[in-house]
Amino acid sequence: MNDGIAIELDDIVKSFGDVNAVDHVSMQIRDGEFFSMLGPSGCGKTTTLRMIAGFEFPTSGRLKIHGKEMGNTPPYRRPVNTVFQSYALFPHMTVAQNVAFGLEMKRVPKEQIKERVQKALELVRLPTFGDRYPRQMSGGQQQRVALARALVNEPEVLLLDEPLGALDQKLRKEMQFELKRIQEELGITFIFVTHDQEEALTMSDRIAVMNAGRVLQIGTPTEIYERPNCRFVADFIGESNFIEGTVRASNGQYATIETSDGLEMQGYTEQPVSVGSSVVLSLRPEKARLSTVNGNNSQKHEANTFPAKVERVSYIGSDTRIIVRLASGRTIDVWEQNTRSTLDRDAYWQPGEAAILSCSVENALILTS
Amino acid sequence: MAIETVPPPASHEALSQQRRARERLKVFGLVFPGLFWLTFFFALPLVVIFIYSFLTPGPRGDVVWIFTFDNYARLFTESLFVNAYIRSIWLGILTTVICLIIGYPLAVFIAQAPPRWRTILLFMVLIPFWTNFLVRTYAWMIILQNNGLINWIVTSLGFPRLSLMNTQTAVLIGLVYGELPFMVLPLYASIDRFDFTLMQAASDLGASKFRAFTRVMLPLTMPGIAAGSVLVFIPTVGQFVVSDLLGGAKVDMLGNLLQRLFTRANPPNWPLGSALALMFMLVLMILIVFYFRSTTEDDR
Repeated sequence: MNDGIAIELDDIVKSFGDVNAVDHVSMQIRDGEFFSMLGPSGCGKTTTLRMIAGFEFPTSGRLKIHGKEMGNTPPYRRPVNTVFQSYALFPHMTVAQNVAFGLEMKRVPKEQIKERVQKALELVRLPTFGDRYPRQMSGGQQQRVALARALVNEPEVLLLDEPLGALDQKLRKEMQFELKRIQEELGITFIFVTHDQEEALTMSDRIAVMNAGRVLQIGTPTEIYERPNCRFVADFIGESNFIEGTVRASNGQYATIETSDGLEMQGYTEQPVSVGSSVVLSLRPEKARLSTVNGNNSQKHEANTFPAKVERVSYIGSDTRIIVRLASGRTIDVWEQNTRSTLDRDAYWQPGEAAILSCSVENALILTS
Repeated sequence: MAIETVPPPASHEALSQQRRARERLKVFGLVFPGLFWLTFFFALPLVVIFIYSFLTPGPRGDVVWIFTFDNYARLFTESLFVNAYIRSIWLGILTTVICLIIGYPLAVFIAQAPPRWRTILLFMVLIPFWTNFLVRTYAWMIILQNNGLINWIVTSLGFPRLSLMNTQTAVLIGLVYGELPFMVLPLYASIDRFDFTLMQAASDLGASKFRAFTRVMLPLTMPGIAAGSVLVFIPTVGQFVVSDLLGGAKVDMLGNLLQRLFTRANPPNWPLGSALALMFMLVLMILIVFYFRSTTEDDR
């Protein structure tokens, strides 16, 4: 068939006036992949999606779908279909007529249309809703109709523009699961645009994190979370303590940094850093550890160990979130999982308590700023 | 604590009955002015016209109380009337269609303009109403006449002079000019409510621009098209000012005949005029019912 690449963006720029909404973006999206574009609003993810759909054309750069250069090909001649954020269902048509629309445009024989529409409605679990009008359905059901209307055309790539944005939390979770099931069932490439990091992490095979029109990092959810390549990615996905400092010693993938408040910390880095350069160290709250001063824990022997004082404690059920203050005055967030079921007051940290904060070298990621 | 006197429970029903009577009086009070107006200025004259249409015209413009179908028979047999019917309806249809063809893209343009421009453009559509319609029609005479603006342009470009005045074309131009705002405004209201992402959705699903328009935008803006068409068609068919001024006596529409039968003819013929007016109303009503049936069926 081809080299397994569904969509190829090669140095795409899209400018509106003086602003580059999409700024030299290149990426390859593989066949059968669930690919997410994640970023804050205005980062260029939707514009990128709209260029793949054909609603916008790149100012420069090349866009290929299954090896075919798209150039100025209009949307109705592209082998992709879109699920719109607002669903964009035709209000004057029934659900069945909505779903049949694409097939009618391709002049598929009538009997075949009926059969395929029914199959599509079964796929999204609305087999008996064909005669309803969109306005007679709930948001979640309309969302499914929009999905069926796109999928019935058997697109090579399905584009989803924040499709779950308008749904409430519970329905969202349900549809996330549903989308993933359908994608696995059909094996179609899904390109999913979202600003919700959790949504992107749960569903995607790979994620492209975007900001200000640029792609910052492309990788699997684990890579993006565990090995962010810059401060923005570490900050946007999950939470992180950021500690700025200067490199004092460097040894391949390990380096020692000194912070402005006089701390010395050892961290891990993917790319070697040079001595004297300023960097930022990222420490995830759930990867920092807190132990009692007179306890006998192995953590005390970890590379980074600092005396600290518990300042604030928030119990949120599954976790306890603690803010500790170091001797230098700096505060660090620490999350501890509540693995023991107990009402014993001593089992939880109390404000004012003295503690030892520690983290392993591997968990202190050095990012070049 | 003060003890209040509680009314005996029996009076409860009487009270609510009183209240209902008062309520009814209030509703009647609100409806009465409109009802009065419609009865005395619409229904009664219509009854008079209906009765007159079956009477015999008298020698001095009066009526003789002899029942006859002659007036109606004349309408269907004399070419003067038959032609005026056909011409009026034909001009009505032409005006409506031309207004639609000009008005629809204009309404789309206004609806898609930036908000600040939208107000200005809508205002520009309404500006002609600030001048009396008769004056504006006289202005068209100046534009269209043999030594008028159009012919000045045509001849200075080296083309032969056009004779536009007193033709059906001149009447049509005047009609379209006068009625266009009545088409644009309801269309704008309808198109402004139209969600243009639906056009993208159609395009995404394989529809060309033309098919997206006919399958999605046209049916969804049909209420505006229907409203605009009725607002243009009905006054156009009854027009007599434009056809009188720009058509001379050569392009007679129903309105011209009506005006002549009731006022200018010597002697005036009210029974025939009444029959003409009633027939005219009937034809219009039938046309409009058919039109509404055909346009609103898909749009439940």
